[in-house]
Amino acid sequence: MDFTLNDEQRMFAKMFADFCEKEVAPLAEETDHEEKPPLQQLEAASEQGFLGATFPEAYDGAELDTLSYILLLEEIGKYCVSTALTLNVHVALAGMSILRHGSDEQKEKYLPALAAGEMIGAFALSEPAAGSDPSALRTSAVRNDGHYILNGNKLWVTNAGIGHLMVVFARTMVDGEDRGVSAFLVETDAPGVKVGYREKTMGLRGVTTNAVYFDDCRVPADALLGEAGKGLGIALSALDFSRIGLSAICLGAAEFAVDAGAKFATERIQFGAPIGTKGAIQNLIADSATEVEAMRYLVYRTAWLAGENGRTTEESAIAKLFCSEAAMRVANRIVQVHGGYGYMKDYPIERIYRDLRAMEIIEGTSQIQRWIIAGKRLAAHGLKL
Amino acid sequence: MDFTFPKEYELLRRMIRDFVQNEVAPLAKRLDAEEYFPAETVRKAAQLGLMGVPFPQEYGGVGAGETGYCILMEELGKVCTSTAAVIGAHIGIGTMAIYLDGTPAQKKKYLRPLASGEKLAAFALTEADAGSDAAAIRTRAVRDGDVFVLNGTKHYITNGPQCDVATVMAVTDPALGARGGITAFIVEMEWPGCSVGSLEDKMGIRGSGTSELVFQDVRVPKENVLGQFGAGFVTFMKTLDLGRVSLGAACLGGAEAALEKSIQWAKTRAQFGQPIAQQQAIQWMIADMATEIEALRSIIYRTAWMVDTGQPFARMAAMCKLYGSEVSSRCISKAVQIYGGMGYSRDIEVERMFRDARIAEIFEGTNEIQRIVIASDIFRGEGLRISP
Repeated sequence: MDFTLNDEQRMFAKMFADFCEKEVAPLAEETDHEEKPPLQQLEAASEQGFLGATFPEAYDGAELDTLSYILLLEEIGKYCVSTALTLNVHVALAGMSILRHGSDEQKEKYLPALAAGEMIGAFALSEPAAGSDPSALRTSAVRNDGHYILNGNKLWVTNAGIGHLMVVFARTMVDGEDRGVSAFLVETDAPGVKVGYREKTMGLRGVTTNAVYFDDCRVPADALLGEAGKGLGIALSALDFSRIGLSAICLGAAEFAVDAGAKFATERIQFGAPIGTKGAIQNLIADSATEVEAMRYLVYRTAWLAGENGRTTEESAIAKLFCSEAAMRVANRIVQVHGGYGYMKDYPIERIYRDLRAMEIIEGTSQIQRWIIAGKRLAAHGLKL
Repeated sequence: MDFTFPKEYELLRRMIRDFVQNEVAPLAKRLDAEEYFPAETVRKAAQLGLMGVPFPQEYGGVGAGETGYCILMEELGKVCTSTAAVIGAHIGIGTMAIYLDGTPAQKKKYLRPLASGEKLAAFALTEADAGSDAAAIRTRAVRDGDVFVLNGTKHYITNGPQCDVATVMAVTDPALGARGGITAFIVEMEWPGCSVGSLEDKMGIRGSGTSELVFQDVRVPKENVLGQFGAGFVTFMKTLDLGRVSLGAACLGGAEAALEKSIQWAKTRAQFGQPIAQQQAIQWMIADMATEIEALRSIIYRTAWMVDTGQPFARMAAMCKLYGSEVSSRCISKAVQIYGGMGYSRDIEVERMFRDARIAEIFEGTNEIQRIVIASDIFRGEGLRISP
């Protein structure tokens, strides 16, 4: 056992911290307040190679190990959850799906463009009637004359509003027969694609989340990502990876919150002393700091496991469930430490509280994570859910 | 024991429900999205007597007591927390202080127009450095012949931008502090020297105005001393005790609305080929919500009954506020969860309810202060005095 970061990871962590202080922190408030997509932050990130963080150098990626990538998201998450989430969808959901399942041509065509920020990646899985149950999706891809013709509506497509390339999941129909869900690489400016209504969200207001409509969208057969009919597996394996990133974002935001709470409790005087001298406030800080450390090692270990073993379905679900719920508890306590100030837009904790509430919902609700975890544990004893 | 509401309260509830459905619900989204103050709702509420529900009819109220007032706040809390905050700050703390401690002349002059809703009230206690530690206020009132000269800035005042009358706590003798050194004043906002300071940009209850109130050499006639000179601490503590019961009632309404919406959504939203209500994960959330709501309802109306029958209720009032605010936050968070991604969208009511609910754990005494109130009342019975 060794719980230390190696020299390279330490060096990266320092570099990420410098980057975030300079490029992310100063823009966090306006990103939220003006619902402004974090394009400036993404451009700065692309200069550092972060938009291809986990891609191999052969595709112009930074080839970071999984833990280093997690350290990057943790650091960005401290200052701006919107920016961190946008980046994770681009890298972990869009980019890594292509890296893992793409043909050589697809990888060469798209990964360097994604790494350079010439293209931003999006992930189109959810539909109005298919949220927790993606297998219910109805968007169809009909095979016709060496092409697929896509029809249907996607909902809550993160990054669609700023993106150029979507991984789209659709039900493949060949000769009138349902061949299961497949993944396709579709550019947002392709004929028949329309990026629709941008959701007005409680938090994550820098993130673009749009409806996307496919109306006889004709894509060549080589837009198929991976094997036909294996789309759900591609989606689920991408989610296994991105959930670690999402957990790291929760960790970063919660760390920032605890620090902000401790600072406020030191400066705010009531009853003639800093409120941090009161047991009630100390408990809020102590419980939060404890949960942050539990989150940290859960996330780091899951990242390490992903690097060693690849697939981490159960571990990712555990990390995502715990980190999203613990981060929300932390944010809630730190709003409380701030009192009335925590309810006003002048302090970042108000934004963090709204931002983090999404984490218990997106990329699989807490209920779905529990179902995954229980399913794995009960299956070990022969009970199938 | 009899847990039924008398007929007149049932009729009052029916009337309030109609008002809320017709006048409050249609504006709720706009209040939040545009930080729109519900002036016409207040005017229509006044026509029905709702701006003075608990106060005696001789002062232009409905005479429905704390129980009637809790019914109003519960029904408002179901559809629009902003409107509940506006009316609650007016009745429950701003006007209540005058009702509790005003002289007959003050009641005639101020309670009547406030209870009838011609004028809007605010309660001005909090300052930038005096939140939970309310006795640390620095606004000063200095005697000058027949007037007091008021100077200072109040902070986070609900109805601050709109109020006509404010009950203002000020230091009259710094040497005496909380016990004897603070006095309550009735201040008309159109007097020279009164102004509205900076407005707050808030997470929720965005339809209710929250601002500073600035007092600069305001000359307050000595007839406007509210309650005993030097006993302002007693006035505001009594007022806040009562405000906590009705705030709990508004939270009850929010929690009930969250449950009702969750049930309807869980029945209609299909995933995995059936309504999500078929999933135990959802059933448990619904069951927990319903259980906490019944517990909350019981302490709210029991405490209202204690108020109306003249029993001591301070500990119970703190419990109403503490438990009410935490139950409503828990229930509404569960509703967001049951709605899933939809619940995070500003197009859906539970999203607004989630942001609106959070303030109830903070204002009118943070929940930490409520816990201190409850614990110190318990230990007082044991002969141990607790300092905050």
